[in-house]
Amino acid sequence: MTPALAIDGLSVEYDDFVALDDVSLTVAPGESFGLVGESGSGKSTLLRAVAGLAPVSFGTITVDGKRLGGKRDKAFYRKVQMVFQDPYGSLHPRQTVDRLLLEPLAIHGFDDTEGRIVRALDEVGLGVSFRFRYSHQLSGGQRQRVAIARALILEPSMLLLDEPTSALDASVQAEVLNLLEQLRATRKLTFVMVSHDLAVVTHMCDRLLVMQNGGVVEQLASTDLAARRVTTDYTRGLLVASEGFCRKS
Amino acid sequence: MSALLGVEDLRVTFPTRTGVIEAVRGVTFTLGRERLGIVGESGSGKSQTGRAIMGLTAEHGTIDAKRLEFNGIDLLKASKAERRALRGRRIAMILQDPKYSLNPVMTIGRQIVETLRAHEPVGKAEARKRALDMLSAVQIRDPERVFDLYPHEVSGGMGQRAMIAMMLIAGPELLIADEPTSALDVTVQLDVLAILDRLVAERGMGLIFISHDLRLVSSFCDRVIVMYAGRIVEELPAAKLSEAQHPYTRGLLNCMPEIGADRHPLPVLDRKPEWRT
Repeated sequence: MTPALAIDGLSVEYDDFVALDDVSLTVAPGESFGLVGESGSGKSTLLRAVAGLAPVSFGTITVDGKRLGGKRDKAFYRKVQMVFQDPYGSLHPRQTVDRLLLEPLAIHGFDDTEGRIVRALDEVGLGVSFRFRYSHQLSGGQRQRVAIARALILEPSMLLLDEPTSALDASVQAEVLNLLEQLRATRKLTFVMVSHDLAVVTHMCDRLLVMQNGGVVEQLASTDLAARRVTTDYTRGLLVASEGFCRKS
Repeated sequence: MSALLGVEDLRVTFPTRTGVIEAVRGVTFTLGRERLGIVGESGSGKSQTGRAIMGLTAEHGTIDAKRLEFNGIDLLKASKAERRALRGRRIAMILQDPKYSLNPVMTIGRQIVETLRAHEPVGKAEARKRALDMLSAVQIRDPERVFDLYPHEVSGGMGQRAMIAMMLIAGPELLIADEPTSALDVTVQLDVLAILDRLVAERGMGLIFISHDLRLVSSFCDRVIVMYAGRIVEELPAAKLSEAQHPYTRGLLNCMPEIGADRHPLPVLDRKPEWRT
């Protein structure tokens, strides 16, 4: 079976700074794959390199068996969409939700824009009453739902999720995570999800890659992590840290 | 033991074009020399409670309370000058993100020295020495070097340590920490918390720890207050968090994904209108 995403020896360099150093991974179609690490570990850079937002210095990225060149074509962006971390920054402040959702449809020449916008809003649990609002009239969770609707409106097969819930309250995070899981199940989507929160990644993903300083620390299945079957001290440290503060006597 | 801080029926309101917003609606608690956590989601009034105690409520907001006392000083009747004398000297506050709360055009050392000399008549050399001591107290390895750095030249964790150093140098009795580690990586978070924990214990300060993270707060504090829509819905000892009664507290605890727990979908909070009253 052709993997949905295959990355081989990928490096990203900005002048002398190596943001991503020789990373390889494969993601099967319909799989949910997680990237974990602290800030500066290169996890977001990896995602951005796939989306064409970071320069690839070495290595190859293959999506559905097709090797990606320096410039992505339109068909790629129909297939692969991204959801960003900060819903306060990723929506145009002077466009209504309707306009935001229309833009990708117009670019890709979709028909039935009316019906698609209504269905997309419905699917993310917002309803048509939100259609002509501006993003500043929405809460953080509602904005992230709009961002998800915008990504899904092109009917992609893969979603790149860059910390989709870290700007949200815990209860809203649960709602958005549930929505993402439900959408993945109904649409057979492939997820590549970045998060600094081990609990979120193990909840959402089947397998995950732990990263540090632009390199790979280890790759493991979520079930291994849950059973504490980790091989490196770094991952062990992350696990301990995720359990909260512990007073040393 | 006399209480360090007494708050009774605290209300903070803001007039807006569409009517009055009640950010805090009748909050009552007392604080001794202990670690108190205030937990709630965005808009629950937790930060406004902290700001009202510190005297940092925005100009157009109104603070109203039956009692707001710090060490026998009535904060409601205190003049602006009296409040300013307290602020930084006896009550200090650590803010969330060192990127925004430190002065970007002043070196870290100068900012710490400025705080110290605003409150105590000390000479330049003495102030510098004490600032360096404070920087090593927050476990900055090379204080001499960090002293001369600008905030943009240090990492988030280092910036937050500098912030703690700045807030503690005048030796406050009460420290309000508003999401002190939310902008930091999980591993760095624990280092910063450990430093805060040690200094608070050593100096016998009272601490109000404001956060949205119920688990983190309960692992760090002695007592936890849970706020919802401007009110306290539950108050309990941190060790007894698992015995929380209020559905909001239980819901908050429940909705977080856990490593090893296979719960699909995650339980979500069903907000009841009666929680507001």
